[in-house]
Amino acid sequence: MQVTINGQQREVLDGMTLVQMVDSLGLIGMPMVAEVNGEIVPREAWGTFVLPSGARIELVRFVGGG
Amino acid sequence: MEREDVWELGGRTLTSRLFLGTGKLGDESCLPAVCAAAGAEVITVALRRVDLQAPDQGVLAHIPDGMILLPNTSGARTADEAVRLARLARAMGCGHWVKIEIIRDARYLLPDNEATVRATEILAREGFVVLPYMSPDLYAARSLVDAGAAAVMPLGAPIGSNRGLATRELIAILLEEISAVPIIVDAGLGRPSHAAEAMEMGAAACLVNTAIATAEDPVAMARAFALGVAGGRLAYLAGMPAVRQQASASSPLTGFLEGL
Repeated sequence: MQVTINGQQREVLDGMTLVQMVDSLGLIGMPMVAEVNGEIVPREAWGTFVLPSGARIELVRFVGGG
Repeated sequence: MEREDVWELGGRTLTSRLFLGTGKLGDESCLPAVCAAAGAEVITVALRRVDLQAPDQGVLAHIPDGMILLPNTSGARTADEAVRLARLARAMGCGHWVKIEIIRDARYLLPDNEATVRATEILAREGFVVLPYMSPDLYAARSLVDAGAAAVMPLGAPIGSNRGLATRELIAILLEEISAVPIIVDAGLGRPSHAAEAMEMGAAACLVNTAIATAEDPVAMARAFALGVAGGRLAYLAGMPAVRQQASASSPLTGFLEGL
C-alpha cells in the first residue's frame, strides 16, 4: 500500500506497524516524534500502531533554531 | 559586592538572563562551549522533518544536559499550526516550554500578535510554559498575559537583522506597564551593547541567536553577550541617574586657585 512519509510517497507492506516502518528507514533510536494523519502517536504505541492505507506520516526532530 | 540576582520563570529559578538560540551555527559541535560561555540555562530549538536521505541525531546531541529546552513554533503561519508544533515538541519528551512564533510575513518576519494570543490561550490551558514572541504592542502584551503567557518576548528589531533596539520606545512602555510577567527582549540584538541597553531598561532577559551563531568566534561572542547582559542588569539594579540636557560639573565649583 501507499503511504506518504515526510512528503514522499512510499510503498509499504499491508499491516506494517509504525515501528516496523521507522526501522525500515534506519531510524530506530533516533530522537523523533511521529504524527500519523495529524495525530501524534506516542512512542510506546509505535509497536502496535498499524499504518492505515494512504497514511500521511510526519517524522520530526529538533534542529538548531532561534 | 554583587547581590544574588535570581528570577522565576515557568516554575523554575533562573540565574542566567541570556537565552541562547541554536540556529545558523556553522558547526553545532561548538554548542557546549557556546552554552558555557553564555552561561545560558535556556536554549531554543526548532522542529523540522527528519531527512530520510541523510538522517541525523538533530541538535539535541550537542545540547548539554540540564538545560531548559525552549522549542519554537517557527514555520507556523496560524495559531492552529503553532499549537500543532508545540504538541509535537512536547511529545519529544524534553519538557513543556514553548516559544510561540507565528509569522506570515516573509520580508520582515514580524510576528502575528493576534494569532499569537490565540495560540497562547490554548497552550497555556494545556499546561505549557508559553513564551510568546511578539511585536511590542501594549494591548497585545496585556492580552498575552491574560491568555496565560509566562513571559512576553517583544522583538528589538527584525529577526537576524542585528539592528538592536529599533523598538526601544515601545519596549520601554511594556517595561513600564507590564509587571505581571517578565519581559524578555528577543530578536534583532546584534551586539552586546544592544543587550546591555535592553537590560539597563529593565528587561528580565535577552534571547540572542544570530549575533552569536554567525560571529567569527561564537564562543567569544557568547561570553561578550553574557558580559553585556550582566553589565546592563547590574546598572539597572544600581539605579541609573537621569539623563540631563545641560552639564552638571563633576568637580567642585569652589576652591579655585587665584587667577582662575
